[in-house]
Amino acid sequence: MISVRDLHKRFGRQIVLDGIDLDIEEGKTTTVVGPSGVGKSVLLKIIMGILKPEKGEVRINGRSMTAAKSESEKNEIRSSLGVLFQAAALFDSLTVYDNIAFPLRERGSHSEAEIRKKALEMIEALSLEPYVLKYPEEISMGIRKRVGMARALMTNPSILLFDEPNTGLDPLVGQEVYDLIKETRARWGFTGIVISHELPEVFQVSDKVVMLLNGKIEMQGTPEEFISSDNPAVIQFLNGKIDGPIKIQ
Amino acid sequence: MTAAIISATEKIGGLTIDIASGFGRSWLFLFRTIVGIFKLPFRFGLFLQQMYQIGVNSTLVIALIGVFTGAVLAVQGEYTLSKFGATAFTGSAVALSLIRELGPVLTALMVIGRAGSAITAEIGIMRITEQIDALRSMAVDPIRYLMVPRFLAGIIAMPLLTSIFIVIGIAGGYLVATTLLGLNPGTFMSEMISAVDTVDVYSGLIKALVFGFVFGWVSCYKGYTCGFGAVGVNKATTQSVVTASVAVLVLDYFLTTLLTKYIFQ
Ligand SMILES: Nc1ncnc2c1ncn2[C@@H]1O[C@H](COP(=O)(O)OP(=O)(O)OP(=O)(O)O)[C@@H](O)[C@H]1O
Ligand SMILES: [Mg+2]
Repeated sequence: MISVRDLHKRFGRQIVLDGIDLDIEEGKTTTVVGPSGVGKSVLLKIIMGILKPEKGEVRINGRSMTAAKSESEKNEIRSSLGVLFQAAALFDSLTVYDNIAFPLRERGSHSEAEIRKKALEMIEALSLEPYVLKYPEEISMGIRKRVGMARALMTNPSILLFDEPNTGLDPLVGQEVYDLIKETRARWGFTGIVISHELPEVFQVSDKVVMLLNGKIEMQGTPEEFISSDNPAVIQFLNGKIDGPIKIQ
Repeated sequence: MTAAIISATEKIGGLTIDIASGFGRSWLFLFRTIVGIFKLPFRFGLFLQQMYQIGVNSTLVIALIGVFTGAVLAVQGEYTLSKFGATAFTGSAVALSLIRELGPVLTALMVIGRAGSAITAEIGIMRITEQIDALRSMAVDPIRYLMVPRFLAGIIAMPLLTSIFIVIGIAGGYLVATTLLGLNPGTFMSEMISAVDTVDVYSGLIKALVFGFVFGWVSCYKGYTCGFGAVGVNKATTQSVVTASVAVLVLDYFLTTLLTKYIFQ
């Protein structure tokens, strides 16, 4: 369960988030959509405790990330999070296997045998066997995302954050990633936030959709409500039209 | 007209704030890195990796320029000293210049060009591809994981590389002086040994230590604060090399003055 209250974030003069209130329900997947540069990744980073908002609060499972005093307090809250980054953000200097093993190794509380067991489980679940000894630059973006997913799942997070899980992928591999999200959810269960600007494709993994525009929430509701919405910005975004209330900078 | 003045004033003000806050952030970064060194457990494996990258991988190029610098010093030294009929002191001239000045400075410039640019580019790329954010999201402190090993390896590798540079430089000078210039090998060595003091060695190594510190600080900081995209990495890398090189040359003057005139007088 994540709750976001009255979140404000700016960079210099540029106001990115201007009062966001959001509740992410336990066990459900909430999708945050909106045009490029609207602040979707920024919102995700505030939830992870990597960026600091000027104002507002983020609570994760009842604990306030924004009010956490120290990095170690934040780390405790982060231990229930898994993140799949926009371009997977695998560590270039490590092999696929070492990337997957990384989060558990860094926790320092598991033996190498336990880590190996868990990593092999993930590698099998995500069909990554052929790639374990390769380096990130040697594999395609679709596979990198699968590796990123395996890495995110290593610590059994109860919350998974996906930043545009299928940018940089062709439609087929993109669909694979959606299937992967569905399978993972069926198998392990998690509370999810999926960031995307792929409408309506992303609806297949959404229980709830939130649209950001100009720093505020333009609309939130179920995928069905979005599809039948008469909000001109939503219609414009769904149909990919140039004309309308969304201005392309 | 007034609008132009206001906008110019704003620009200058903005720039001043940028410079001041950048200055503050770089010191804070240094502080956090130094604190990070003392946090346990110490990441010995990561440190060794960086010693290899910065130290071992720079040895060959350091040795190469060391030989030639020593050789040039011998030729130039002999030429200058011959004007005073004092070619016997060629060995002393070669050794003192290498130990006190050229060893630390040229090693630092070479390491900055080779390893410093690589560190900045590597960390910068990790920044723009969100690898640093990924570390933090996995509760790994990027300062401890990335900066501390590089910073510490820089501080330790620099005096070691400088020593290699000096020794090989002296060998190069000796070779040229005794063969090409026909100087007496015994004189070369004995004059050198009597002219060089432990104090000279100390001041050379202290310089190397300081340069190693500057090298690690600048190259890590520039990578860590790198801007967006390939342009950001490009800019950060250039700035890193220029800033560190200029800092080394400016600091060299102050260190030389401080060490020779005040500390080891
Ligand atoms: N660290 C930062 N410093 C300054 N500005 C930033 C920073 N991070 C993001 N921004 C700015 O904030 C705005 C929102 O960025 P963000 O990355 O959240 O967009 P996004 O909605 O994720 O877009 P995309 O779909 O392209 O990923 C952008 O204008 C960006 O330039
Ligand atoms: Mg984004």
